[in-house]
Amino acid sequence: MKITPATSQRFVVTILWLLTAITILVLLFIIVYILFHGIRNVTWSFLTESPRRMGRQGGVFPMIVGTIAVTGLAVLIAAPVGVLTTIFLTEYTRESKLTSVIRFGADCLAAIPSIIFGLFGFVFFVVVLGMGFSIISGALTLAIMVLPTIIRTSEEAIRAVPAVYREVSYGLGSTRWQMVTRVVLKSALPGIGTGIVLSIGRCVSETAAVMLTAGSALRMPYSPLESSRTLSLHFYILSREGISMQNAYATASVLIITILAINIIAYLLMRRLIAKVR
Amino acid sequence: MKDNTKIIVDGFSAFYGQTEALKKIELSIFSQERLAIIGPSNSGKSTFLRSLNRLNDLHRHFSYTGKIVFDGKDIYDPQVNVPSLRRRIGMVYAVPAPLPCSIYDNIAYGPKVSGIRSRSQLDELVEFGLKNAFLWDEVKDRLHQPASNLSGGQQQRMCLARSLALQPEVLLLDEPCSGLDPISTAKIEDALLELKSSYAIVLVTNNTKQAARASDRTVFFLMGQLIEVGQTGQLFTTPADKRTEAYITGQFG
Repeated sequence: MKITPATSQRFVVTILWLLTAITILVLLFIIVYILFHGIRNVTWSFLTESPRRMGRQGGVFPMIVGTIAVTGLAVLIAAPVGVLTTIFLTEYTRESKLTSVIRFGADCLAAIPSIIFGLFGFVFFVVVLGMGFSIISGALTLAIMVLPTIIRTSEEAIRAVPAVYREVSYGLGSTRWQMVTRVVLKSALPGIGTGIVLSIGRCVSETAAVMLTAGSALRMPYSPLESSRTLSLHFYILSREGISMQNAYATASVLIITILAINIIAYLLMRRLIAKVR
Repeated sequence: MKDNTKIIVDGFSAFYGQTEALKKIELSIFSQERLAIIGPSNSGKSTFLRSLNRLNDLHRHFSYTGKIVFDGKDIYDPQVNVPSLRRRIGMVYAVPAPLPCSIYDNIAYGPKVSGIRSRSQLDELVEFGLKNAFLWDEVKDRLHQPASNLSGGQQQRMCLARSLALQPEVLLLDEPCSGLDPISTAKIEDALLELKSSYAIVLVTNNTKQAARASDRTVFFLMGQLIEVGQTGQLFTTPADKRTEAYITGQFG
């Protein structure tokens, strides 16, 4: 029997639909399952109180502060460094052995498990530089961890800027730096932003690397030199050590909602940005 | 005519790697004149144009010998301020290339990067450029809309306006009408005729009819060599070189 093109077409469409459906269903299942178990415990006092009895009671306010501090600091460090590195790689050097070595290095860095970054951060920032278990140690470690992501996504965005824009800019008497800041970065901004949002997500959800560098203190951090436990680490400890599954799910709910919110806000911001640029 | 000389090209050869794209070109360019460059593709017309404002510098394997003298100074001298040179020798490309911003910002881009901040001065230059490119009346009420909303012909005139806003001395046009309809083409040609009184205009074109109609002098390039240069009327009626004759009568190209 011969399979007609129409049959094979239907077959492929069915398979593709099925696979897409599975992906989305798994994602939905995780979200619904966690929210189902956790959302009723996410109360105002859970969000605004400090934990008591190792997290069996009380809330997660210090963890929210710690997460924001570690993530924010990490991205504030990684974004400028990553974007400037990318500009150097794409606009200020010609393609050579050196650039491919740097690019290869970034790819390798991206593939390293986060616990290795944690170990490096522990040895280098915590011990050698004497920063101790602190928000700053955690942020620096996470910054190194997300740098490759930022470099790679920015690079793609910058390479997608049409070459003719660069020529026009030069033709109108701009210097290279003016061309980079006024034309290239402006048109690449949505892509660069996507990379930064991805990194925020990775920082928020990171567990292993922050455990070894930011530590797991339960108290409220008042300076970047103090230790702080992030939400994802709190979830890990609550569930791993069987402290309180109820509060673990509530913490996970907060995490999921935060990440969804970051993505939605970033998406809307990007859309407005793109509308403005085009 | 002597004091009108804007650019003297003196034994200029251009190379991309080992390939010689231009072979010892000798040519003078005068202000208040429209000079057309014709020739089949790959004859070095665009390379020549891009050598005049040093856009070829962006090409990785570009090298040159000889001299191009602009207002008494060699433009390839290491002391030359290249951005300022490119402001004085403006360029319009074959494909309309609006930057991804508003009409106003496109035209104000050149003046802005040259350091002009004053809003009123920028407004003036934008209006000046658009008026001289015969586009002002069509866009004056929507200067802050994205430039990509304009039609192809309008975009190309906007690119012309963008170069003019820098008040250059020389205007280079690289097949500016290759993608345009006859009416837009006519508008650009009209603009060039007006502009000729204050600029030296160099027009590269694949369209021999356009060269015949919209230039004062014509140069014929072939395989990187300058074959012939003469008054447009003369070159098109009694070309001195057989190859020129063959090209303009459509026997090859």
